[in-house]
Amino acid sequence: MWLINSSIGRKVVMSVTGIALILFLLFHASMNVVALISAEGYNMICAFLGANWYAVAATVGLAALVVLHFLYAFWLTVQNRRARGNSRYEVTDTPKKVEWSSQNMLVLGIIVILGMGLHLWNFWAKMMLVELAPCAGDHHLATNGVYWIAETFSCPVYTVIYLVWLAALWMHLNHGLWSSMQTLGLSGKVWFNRWRVISCVVSTIIILMFVAVAVAFCFGYRPADFDQINAVVEGCHAMGLC
Amino acid sequence: MAKNISVTVKFWKQNGPKDKGHFEKHEMKNVPDDTSFLEMLDMMNEELIAAGNEPFVFDHDCREGICGMCSLYINGTPHGKTERGATTCQLYMRKFNDGDVITVEPWRSAGFPVIKDCMVDRMAFEKIMQAGGYTSIRTGQAQDANAILISKDDADEAMDCASCIGCGACVAACKNGSAMLFVSSKVSQFALLPQGKVEAARRAKAMVAKMDELGFGNCTNTRACEAVCPKCETISNIARLNREFIKAKLAD
Ligand code: HEM
Ligand code: SF4
Ligand code: FES
Repeated sequence: MWLINSSIGRKVVMSVTGIALILFLLFHASMNVVALISAEGYNMICAFLGANWYAVAATVGLAALVVLHFLYAFWLTVQNRRARGNSRYEVTDTPKKVEWSSQNMLVLGIIVILGMGLHLWNFWAKMMLVELAPCAGDHHLATNGVYWIAETFSCPVYTVIYLVWLAALWMHLNHGLWSSMQTLGLSGKVWFNRWRVISCVVSTIIILMFVAVAVAFCFGYRPADFDQINAVVEGCHAMGLC
Repeated sequence: MAKNISVTVKFWKQNGPKDKGHFEKHEMKNVPDDTSFLEMLDMMNEELIAAGNEPFVFDHDCREGICGMCSLYINGTPHGKTERGATTCQLYMRKFNDGDVITVEPWRSAGFPVIKDCMVDRMAFEKIMQAGGYTSIRTGQAQDANAILISKDDADEAMDCASCIGCGACVAACKNGSAMLFVSSKVSQFALLPQGKVEAARRAKAMVAKMDELGFGNCTNTRACEAVCPKCETISNIARLNREFIKAKLAD
């Protein structure tokens, strides 16, 4: 099977899973911006993506993509280190056109996955997991996404950790997107520069959308209907309705 | 006007692939700066021999930038730091300053075992070429020169790819020990021409399979190769190879 046995095939798996993850991030980030506009709207999305078959199926699919990408990342890295051999250069003068991120994709990826662990703990474990397994937490808050955003980012330490994580993700994507186009052979003399620009623009947009929400909530910003939504939820809870 | 400079050469000594290897130093006094780097090493070897020491072993042949034999990693850059497009044999002492310590190392890559000092075995590239870097031709009557028309753009591009001299600097520079710039240039030089297109799919598969079998690494598009290539090959060749290879595999 060429996706396993050949170097280019393995890179194809890396890039296809990577691009699928980028598309997911694009969707996730646009969804997040809603939290800046309307608490009710955001919570509707959260309810829509709760514990129903399509959201759970998509989550399983995403997890599979991450696992594949992660396993291939280590596999490729081990092979590359072996190809490099054991003797190291005494002096190395890295050429200017070599991006730092391109040589440190594994390190950036590891930061990304650590951040992902924290993120799943902060949100997923309190939302979808609780819906799937009600004993795992407070059920009435499981679709109140905006509450968890406010809760998480009112802690400045979390905000800073998230910003570091997002910076690593930006670097990973800024190289990853054009690199995957190159890997898939969709680049060339002309498209190379175009993909570099597209990579930078797309990853910057994705990351800025995430950053905007984290920073806004950290500095105390709340959408206009925030208190109302939370009061309703609190009320229902008090009456034992949800 | 040429001036003279004095430098310290810190060069790698290694007795065969299994040896650990070490650096030795030699002072070169009053070297005219219009001496080529390899001539300076020749002068150093004469001094070493005169003093009863073993000379420093390194590869070279044409000394005019066309054969691809010279292969020294100088102060952290394969072929030494020059304006783009020069081999080790095209490097001159005027690129250095009086008092410099010049560190000279071999290509360090598992695919290129050291034979002695800075002479490495690049037979792997020959094996990749033998796997598919040719066109099969039924010889017969000589063809009319204009029987197959080729556009100037394609001819130029194929020529640029064919100018890869197989020196291995790309592998030496790559943190992944990947030979993709070399292989892609060789695949491209044929794939761009009608005579080579016929076997393009078979060629791409065979050369990539050989490259993988010989243990070269997976390209992660760092671009270190194109930055050091003495023939200015670009990673657009790698994209072309990827395209050819993926197309061939999907067609199977
Ligand atoms: C949301 C998460 C992630 C996204 C969107 C993403 C995206 C990408 C993309 C698009 C590529 C380029 C593929 C190519 O060059 O052909 C890539 C490469 C890579 N990723 Fe990720 N990645 C993510 C997470 C991770 C994680 C968790 C790791 C692992 C530890 C990782 C490690 C790597 C490595 C080592 C490469 C190889 C570099 C290369 O081939 O250019 N990534 N990633
Ligand atoms: S691609 Fe450039 S660096 Fe690599 S072998 Fe050919 S000439 Fe040398
Ligand atoms: S000796 Fe022939 S290219 Fe340098």
